[in-house]
Amino acid sequence: MASEISVAINNESDVVTARQRGRELAARIGFSSTDQTLFATAISEVARNIVSYAGHGEIVLCAIEEGHRLGILVVARDQGPGIADLELAMRDGYSTGNSLGVGLPGARRLMDDFELLSELGVGTTVTMKKWLR
Amino acid sequence: MTVPILKQGDTLIASIQAALSDRDLMDLRDDLAGRVGRLRSKGVIIDVTALDVLDSFATRTIRGIAYTAKLRGADTVVVGIQPDVAFAMVQLGLTLDGIATSLDLEEGMALLEARKAARGV
Repeated sequence: MASEISVAINNESDVVTARQRGRELAARIGFSSTDQTLFATAISEVARNIVSYAGHGEIVLCAIEEGHRLGILVVARDQGPGIADLELAMRDGYSTGNSLGVGLPGARRLMDDFELLSELGVGTTVTMKKWLR
Repeated sequence: MTVPILKQGDTLIASIQAALSDRDLMDLRDDLAGRVGRLRSKGVIIDVTALDVLDSFATRTIRGIAYTAKLRGADTVVVGIQPDVAFAMVQLGLTLDGIATSLDLEEGMALLEARKAARGV
């Protein structure tokens, strides 16, 4: 198993770095160019959420293996204010910031597995996986 | 990294070179809004051929550029959205409603010319 890649997210240019690292890793594992783009776009959305709502955080990328299938894991983590209503945050078009409100629900559609954990005053963790078909 | 803006007749062409940060995109919006007035441009082409990701922020900013240019009297055409990028945008639920798009720069120019002719400019 490949080692983890961690990208500190402190400003918007780190969003670009995170998605580039993600694309590189997806390419190495053998994802198609379309899947690389879907993956990079999902990373961009969750990384942007860190910058917009928490200010600082990190994106951890790593290759994963489960049985015979290979995949890629992304963990986006921050110690920001947390999300009050997770169900609402996952609804299309809902946004407390100045955005389109597609970030989290959109990222879920781009990935295979998606999990959102958040606690007010503690932080938010988004865990996403994409499997190689 | 600033986006170079070329002037060709009364059309402005902004070719986005690589992965742009949010700040670069906002600078481009402000820069284009100013130039449309100064140069009395009637058309704006935003070439995104080199962009490998168009996420919600980038899409919203491009939309903002097009609507701003429209209010300043210029039509905008977004050209060169790559097939993978288009697919990801659809999955994300992003649209460019009311904004003209073309396959490439050449078709974008032709579209602007046709619109100008129709408006009798």
